[in-house]
Amino acid sequence: MPDAPLLHVEKLDAHYGDFQALFGVSLSVGAGQVAAVIGANGAGKSTLLNSIAGLIASRTDAIRFQGEPIGTLSAFRVVQRGIALVPEGRRLFPSLSVEENLQIGGQIRRPGPWNLKRVYEVFPVLEERRHQASMSLSGGQQQMVAIGRALMSNPALLLCDEISFGLAPIVVRDIYAHLRAIVAQGTAAVIVEQDIGQALAMADRVTCLQEGRVALEGRAGEVTRADISAAYFGV
Amino acid sequence: MNWVNTILQGVLVGGLYAMFAAGLSLIFGVMKLVNIAHGDLIVLAAYVALMATDALGLNPIASLIVVVPVMAGVGYALQRGLLNRTMGDDILPPLLVTFGLSVILQNGLLEAFSADSRRLQAGALETASLQLADGLSLGVLPLIQFGLAVAIIAGLHWMFYHTAIGRNFRAVSDDPRVAQLMGLNNRHVFAMAMALSLAIVAVAGVFLAVRTNFDPATGPARLIFGFEAVIIGGLSSLWGTLLGGILLGVVQAIGAEIDPGWQVLAGHVAFLAVLAFRPQGLLARART
Repeated sequence: MPDAPLLHVEKLDAHYGDFQALFGVSLSVGAGQVAAVIGANGAGKSTLLNSIAGLIASRTDAIRFQGEPIGTLSAFRVVQRGIALVPEGRRLFPSLSVEENLQIGGQIRRPGPWNLKRVYEVFPVLEERRHQASMSLSGGQQQMVAIGRALMSNPALLLCDEISFGLAPIVVRDIYAHLRAIVAQGTAAVIVEQDIGQALAMADRVTCLQEGRVALEGRAGEVTRADISAAYFGV
Repeated sequence: MNWVNTILQGVLVGGLYAMFAAGLSLIFGVMKLVNIAHGDLIVLAAYVALMATDALGLNPIASLIVVVPVMAGVGYALQRGLLNRTMGDDILPPLLVTFGLSVILQNGLLEAFSADSRRLQAGALETASLQLADGLSLGVLPLIQFGLAVAIIAGLHWMFYHTAIGRNFRAVSDDPRVAQLMGLNNRHVFAMAMALSLAIVAVAGVFLAVRTNFDPATGPARLIFGFEAVIIGGLSSLWGTLLGGILLGVVQAIGAEIDPGWQVLAGHVAFLAVLAFRPQGLLARART
């Protein structure tokens, strides 16, 4: 299937015990494309990313990656297929140094352009601080480690969960400038973000979730602020 | 000189206690699992050594070549086949399952080997000693045992901080959910940790069997000594485990010197004192 999208999510349901968080969510991302997923707190954005990353089990054919069903794969197998998640809140390993955090991201040895040297070229400050405890860095630098750690697995698809969370606006702009440069080199991305402006500025398509359902889907350039406001707030 | 001798003997016995404790500390550190069957696994290793020496005619120390890989294999299979199924946010299921495993091991060994006390014979090595001064000599076997304990702790420390598997252990310990996102199969990492723990248990079991009599009911007391050494030293602190083992050995030796009936009691009192005044252990921050 030469025309199959890189990632195809179709009618995905997700549950936490008895609580259903996603209701028939569909999403497609082509190779090298960027999809933005926006929505209010509790809309199901992180649940969607966690399902794609394999942290939440789903129906086997609800998620297809490079044409293969991956819905029931464990997270450690999903990353081997080429999907890397930058988790919400960065979630660095506190007992590992900056460099060890990056190295562990690359330990699956998936072939590709990203390695320690390349990550340090993109984020030079991390090389200066490579032996420091990861949690001693500033929030922005920790986010760079989290992104670098995900890139070390040489993903074809990068999932970014609220990478602006808790960061000053100037730092957010810097992080997104780096992210734009990274995706410009061919890595596709799904960006979950509450900072709608940042997300829309680099997305090809946008999906707005509301209470676990897709409330709006379209080309980023064609969706108006009014459409988004209506979908976001359900008015 | 008598007291110096007592303390030195206590230090050397402490090496064995540190070996009992190192595997416990490793498992708790990596996967927050409290292995109630740890003492019985030490005794199982002693019986495996007994079978290896009987069947292959090996010296007990040489039997480590067989016992260590066998116990490591048992550890891997035990974790993959049983204990991984109990792992989760609740620490109670693995606690209960390892308690059950303890009962099964004791009764299985009783069925297979009877309640008779056994001991491994190490020949001339058992009585060999180094004379340091008049009235002060150290047994060669306890010295080897202590040296091995230090080597094991140092080796574990090196492995934790300078190898990929050690990095994986720390990552899984920090955040098992995110560790999976790095391509780590937590079930395999946990099983590797248990294999390593039981490889250490194998060494402890062989030295226990050479040093003293053992029978199927010996395990729980070894578990308690291991726990006490871990708590005295500090949870998840490897060097603390060695210090805890040494302190426990020295306190027990001093207790025995005062009155033979006080040996074990003195160790328990020291353990309770640490719990009361420094519950985080003496070197709790050593690994952080």
